[in-house]
Amino acid sequence: MSLVTPEFGLLFWMVVIFGIVFFLLAKFGFPIITDMVDERSAKIAKSLKDADEIEARMAAWKEEQAKMVEDTRRQQAAILKNATETKAQIVADAKAQAKAEADKILAEAKTQIAAEKESALRDVRKEIALLGVQVAEKILRNELSDEGSQRAFIDKLVDEANEAKLRS
Amino acid sequence: MILLNLILAFLLLQAPVSSLESEGQAALQGGRPEAAGDNRGQSPLKEGGAEAGASDIDVGEIIFEHIGDEYEWHITEWKGKAIAIPLPCIVIDNGVHVFTVHHAQENGYTLNEDGKLVNASTGKRPIDLSITKNVLALMMSSLLLLVIVLCTARWYKKHDALKEAPTGLAALMEPLILMVHEMAKENIGPDYRKFSPYLCMAFLWILLNNFMGIMPFFPGGANLTGNIAITLVLALFTFFMVNLNGTKHYYKEIFNPDVPVFLKPVMPLIEVFSAFMKPVSLTIRLFANMLAGHIMILSMVCIIFIMAKYGPLLGSSMTVVSVLFGVFLDALECLVSFIQAYVFTTLSCIYIGLARAHEE
Repeated sequence: MSLVTPEFGLLFWMVVIFGIVFFLLAKFGFPIITDMVDERSAKIAKSLKDADEIEARMAAWKEEQAKMVEDTRRQQAAILKNATETKAQIVADAKAQAKAEADKILAEAKTQIAAEKESALRDVRKEIALLGVQVAEKILRNELSDEGSQRAFIDKLVDEANEAKLRS
Repeated sequence: MILLNLILAFLLLQAPVSSLESEGQAALQGGRPEAAGDNRGQSPLKEGGAEAGASDIDVGEIIFEHIGDEYEWHITEWKGKAIAIPLPCIVIDNGVHVFTVHHAQENGYTLNEDGKLVNASTGKRPIDLSITKNVLALMMSSLLLLVIVLCTARWYKKHDALKEAPTGLAALMEPLILMVHEMAKENIGPDYRKFSPYLCMAFLWILLNNFMGIMPFFPGGANLTGNIAITLVLALFTFFMVNLNGTKHYYKEIFNPDVPVFLKPVMPLIEVFSAFMKPVSLTIRLFANMLAGHIMILSMVCIIFIMAKYGPLLGSSMTVVSVLFGVFLDALECLVSFIQAYVFTTLSCIYIGLARAHEE
């Protein structure tokens, strides 16, 4: 039966035509297409890998950035705290210094006042002594204006001197 | 993936058995076409339709005319005259003779009961290299494939595929070629590039011709992939691809496999037999599947003309049924066309992969 017996003519033509087309396409057709497609697949694979890498690097950068921000914030806080402390210190120092200065001035003033008082007292005493002498001179001049009283006074003084001499 | 392919292949291996059955039934119902060459010019369809039961429709002859080969491409019938493309008969028999089939008698040749040219005096078949309907279809489809693939390759040459997505023909062809290319990569191993063009070629060629076969009008319509000569050549290409590229390990597995001593003389016999059965199974599977599809669709169409003589009611109702079934079968054939091309390529791929096996 012709249906299941291969016809020689058709076999011949099939071998020739299929062979020629296969040769042409294997040379100028399929390799060009598949090479291009393979190249593209390789590029896509590489791009994906690169993208992954970049993503990882970005994540690392982000982490680093966050860390840096955190660090900066901590430093800022530390500086602020330091500044506050320094401020308090300065204020305290200034207060202490001012007090010491004031004390010193006060002490100086006191000694000066004391000295002034002393000198004033001495002056007053001197004045009083002078006044006493002058008063005594004036009293004595009054009392010893006549000869009799002068004599009596001298006698009295001599007596007193004698008495003092006797007693000693 | 290889396992999956094997399972798929085994499932599809079962298909031809049922297909062959239906083919056998169709052939039995139709009977052998007697003296097909003589009433080649007349249309049995027209006779049956016009005289309504006066002469029976020879379904077998109609079908065999469509699935067989011819010395001219009979396109249609117009006002009782056949419209056909005349094709040259080339016969080598004491020199080369070229003529058309209408002038066969003058050149000393006649057609035998299978519709083939024989020497009128001796009755023997000469070497017949005629450009028949199938050969013309083969030329046209091969040229079409050549143009399609070269145009696609041209796109890749002219454009930078790294920067542009393929457009037009390239976008259509790329997934198909890529599918086969990936299949080769998975099944064959490191040197798959050497075999990828053959597999692409086989896949696209079978796919194109399967679709052209379903197409009912002129450039298609030839039953090329349902012709055993064509599928035999395809299978032989695969056979040589496998066995000319076999590794040492592959041949050792055939002639000196690692089996107990009492099996040593038996195994090479089995292995050699299996190596030769592989192309046979490839041949029969593709041939039988495509042939069965054509026969089923043609049978559906024939039912319309058979039922016409049983009155308008039965005729028209059966027409509706056959048209519905015909549409279904055509859709099924589209699926089968793809599946068979895929199966042929997958199996070729696996066979080549087995032949490229190396010692583990």
